[in-house]
This record gives sequence, structure tokens and C-alpha cells, in this order.
Amino acid sequence: MTLPDYSHRYLRTVLDRTHTIAAVGMSLNTIRPSYFVGRHMVRNGYKVIVVNPTYARKRFFNTRVVADLASVPKSHNPIDMVNIFRRSEDAGHVVDEALDTLLDRGLKTIWMQIGVINEAAAKRAEAKGVEVIMNMCPKMEHQRLSGELSRAGINSGFITARHGFVRPQLP
Amino acid sequence: MAQKSYGFDTLQIHAGARPDPTTGARQTPIYQSTAFCFRDADHAAALFNLQEVGFIYSRLTNPTVAVLQERVATLESGAGAVCCSSGHAAQIMALFPLMSPGDNVVVSSRLYGGSITQFSQTIRRFGWSAKFVDIDDASAVEKAIDNMTKAVFCETIANPGGHIADLPRLARIADKAGIPLIVDNTTATPFLCRPIEHGATLVVHSMTKYLTGNGTVTGGVVVDSGKFDWSASDKFPSLSAPEPAYHGMRFHETFGPMAFTFHGIAVGLRDLGMTLNPQAAHYTLMGIETLSLRMERHVENAEKIADWLEGQKHVKAVTYAGLDSSPYKDLAAKICPKGAGALFTVQLKGGYEACMKFVDSLEIFSHVANLGDARSLVIHSASTTHRQLTDSQRDAAGAGNDVVRLSIGTEDADDLIADLEQALDAAHA
Repeated sequence: MTLPDYSHRYLRTVLDRTHTIAAVGMSLNTIRPSYFVGRHMVRNGYKVIVVNPTYARKRFFNTRVVADLASVPKSHNPIDMVNIFRRSEDAGHVVDEALDTLLDRGLKTIWMQIGVINEAAAKRAEAKGVEVIMNMCPKMEHQRLSGELSRAGINSGFITARHGFVRPQLP
Repeated sequence: MAQKSYGFDTLQIHAGARPDPTTGARQTPIYQSTAFCFRDADHAAALFNLQEVGFIYSRLTNPTVAVLQERVATLESGAGAVCCSSGHAAQIMALFPLMSPGDNVVVSSRLYGGSITQFSQTIRRFGWSAKFVDIDDASAVEKAIDNMTKAVFCETIANPGGHIADLPRLARIADKAGIPLIVDNTTATPFLCRPIEHGATLVVHSMTKYLTGNGTVTGGVVVDSGKFDWSASDKFPSLSAPEPAYHGMRFHETFGPMAFTFHGIAVGLRDLGMTLNPQAAHYTLMGIETLSLRMERHVENAEKIADWLEGQKHVKAVTYAGLDSSPYKDLAAKICPKGAGALFTVQLKGGYEACMKFVDSLEIFSHVANLGDARSLVIHSASTTHRQLTDSQRDAAGAGNDVVRLSIGTEDADDLIADLEQALDAAHA
């Protein structure tokens, strides 16, 4: 199976149009990789609502953890993106829940983490006009396009001679 | 939607070096600063926890060095790279995350003499050991691997003999054993060969040589392919098991294909301290901008000179893999189709004495312990770079007593041939 090779321009567009992220399955354990993702997105100006029954009602930065997508308070609308930190086989249920509850609340993107691939669910979302990214991490792509990964000698995969394409990090 | 791809000549100039976001500086500035300010206490804590990637202290990361790291990682088709102070440092930095006391590495018997000494003597002080094998013999490599073996190590084009390693075959053997293949690609450079595309996991370089290309600074680099599954077995706990110094975080789980590179910075450079300085990185960046142009001329000159030398009456043999007479001719066409490099040896009929006289008679070739300079270089390996070895080790490494090593530069080939001609005559007078 070949996944689409998402262009950096497209990923930049998705990251720019997204302000609020519902992170399904994210951990509040500060050494877990998923926590690194949530923390990075919050530090870079995104609002992240953790969806995880294990931590329901606990605080994550300025938001409160909820048990399921239907419980995300309306005050957070629009929910631009659902970010899935679950196994590929469980991602289908999350996608269906997102399509049931968030379609009229601004949902534009469903983003499945590295290793999470569910083609059937992706097709169902795309049929309803929601764009799907699979097997990628929004933190890594944000770090790549902001030049942060380059600081560690990571091959960012893009070159540019345009002043301003790489934006300095938010304070 | 697909990602744009670029040619080598474009990447050797642009990869890693975007206009400076603060000043717009087009050439990469030399960030001559030991430390970098934290935005606030939370930022400082996040950097130390590896939750954010940024600059803390130049032993770990530096903006100039980072550009060079991304440049080499990109040219080698790797996921990431860590620069260090020399090629020898790079070899330790490559092994360090893989090895524990009692572990061993299976190593080609045809390596640069300094590497043979590092592997046969010095690493024993860490409780590591090396098993030397003829890497042309696949079954010998397979037999040498035991359950304490953590890597296979070879050079793409062996220094000094110019032998070519069958990288895809070695990669298959290493892969079957669940261990990485580490390739020293110094003498080929990523312009002539990209070992990762032949299945290597890690690539090391002495950047002192062709990458810098002008004999100004020493430097090394370890490039990771990002393709090895460090968690597939319990062989590589530094990358797969909880790391006590980072609150039990697991590098491979947290950083995925970037794990080896992050470990190289956060543990390797942090504690071994073999850091490349930003001035050195600057010189190497200047060199890499013209790598392909220089390598084309190095190869063109080497082919012409090796061919000429082979026909000379005082010459017994020439080891250049690009020659029709070389047993490595077919392998060279497969592994480095753009040319077999510019480093080879010449065996002189007059033996040891003639070699000494030959070296002393050259006018344009510099007698130095270096290779990969724009200048042509010469050395008698047996009495210098391979001096610490036994006679049989020297013969195995292709550095026998009657052998002189040439590193062909980018001067006019006709001038180099004239110099070699008068020195051959003087040596055999």
C-alpha cells in the first residue's frame, strides 16, 4: 500500500488553518511521546483538548480533558482537527465518532499519528469533505516546517531561498 | 501533492542553509557563541527534557554546525546527522549507542591503519572488541557474527588499497543478523556513492577529506538512515530501553527515525564531548558547495593517471578499481558508477627503498598524512599511517612495504603525470 506523499506546502496549509485540536488518546504522562506532541502544539499557539477517559476532568494547560469527542464543550468551537493517537484498527471508531459529532462544528482535518493507518475510515471521512492525513505527526511536521528539526541536524526534506518561509519560533 | 526532489548539485549548496530568519543573511553565519539564551524557565526545562529542539550550549548543538549536519544528512539520503571533531570521533560516536562492555563489531581487515588501531587496541579499553574479516568473503563475515556482535563496519572504497565493498551483500548479512551495517564513506563521498541507498544503516565520514576538500580543518559526521528498528530486539538498550538520565524516556519510541541522531546529541556529544566547532563547520560548508565539481575532476584525473602508471616500466601494480585490470572493476561500476574515487596505491619494482626515494623526489605531490585535498598527496603507508600494524596486517590492508599511496588532486593531470614520471625515474636510477 502506498500512502500519499504529502507536500510541505500542503502540510503548511493544514497547520496554518488549524487553531483547535481534539487529541484522542493523548497521554498526560509527561515522558510519553503523545504528551510531547500536545505540549509542543500548545506552546506554539494551538488550543489542544485531550480526549481520553483515563484522564477525564484533569487539566492539560488551559483546557480540561474529556472522555469522548461528544463531550468537547461547544465553547471550544470550531474544532478544526481531530488528531488520533490510537491503533489503526481502533482509528475507524474515532473517525466515525468525529464525523457524527464534529462535522457541523468546524471539523476540516483528521490527522492519524505515525503508524496509524486506516484507509477505509479515511475514505468515509473524505466522502464527507474532511481531509485525512495518515502515518504522520503534526508536531514533527510543525517542527520540520519551522526549522526546529534542522537545529538537531535532521534532514528536513525541504530547501528554500525565500526569506521568511522559515518563521522564527513563537516565544 | 508529492514532495519535490532536487538534484545533488542543488542540494550540496542549499540543503540545511535557508536564509537566516533573523537577519536574512544568505551565507550561513558563523555562530561563534558558546551558549544560547532561554526564553524563560519553562523553555529551558523543555530543552533539557528534549521536549523542544533548540540551542543550549555549543558542545551539544550550534546553528552553524546544524546546517552542516542537515547538509550531509541530505546528501547521504539519511534521516539525520551528528557532526563531531574528526573521523575517528565519528567512529566512536557511531559505535557508542550500540555497544556495551563485552560486545564486538565485525570489521573489514582492509581499513585505514588508524582505524585498525582504534578498533584493535583502543576500543578494548571500553570493554568492546573487533573481529577482523576479509569482507569479500561473505561466509567469513557471517561466521564472525555472534550474539554479542552489534555491527558490521567497512569502508566503501578502502584506504589505501581502493578495494570496493559489496555493500548490498554486506547489508543483507547484517540485516539477517539484526544488526546495523556501518559504512565509512570518506573516500567515495556521497557524490560517488550513497551507502544508505545500498542498505547501510549508518554512514560515517572524515569530513577533513573530500567534503571540506581544501585541507583546512578536521571534522567527522555520523549519518543515520532512520530505517533501523532499534526496538526489534533487546540488542540496543541505549535506544530502545528507558533512559534514566531523561526520566525513563525511550529514544526510539519517542523520536522514531530520528532516535539515533537525538541520542548522538543528547547522550553522545553531551558526555563524550567530541564536538565540531562552528569555524570548522564553516570551512566544511564552503567545501561541500563544490563537492560534485571537485569529485568529477578528482575522478577524471585519477582514471588518467592510474591508466598511465599501469604502463610504466618501474611499476609492478596499480590498485585503482576503475582500471580494467582491477578485480573490483565490476563492483565499482555497481557501487560507485560515477567513478572509483581518486585514492589508490602503486606498487614499485624497486621495493621499500624505491618507495622512499620516489616520495622524496616528487615536486607537486605533497608528502603528508592526509587524503582528499585539492592538492595531490603522497605517502608511504607502511612507514607512516600503517606503521603500528604487523606485516601481515599491512598486507591484508593493501599497505605492503613496496606500496605508495596516492591521493590525486584537481591540478592539471599532465603536470601530475610529468611529476610522477621524473620521480619514478629518480627512484629507480
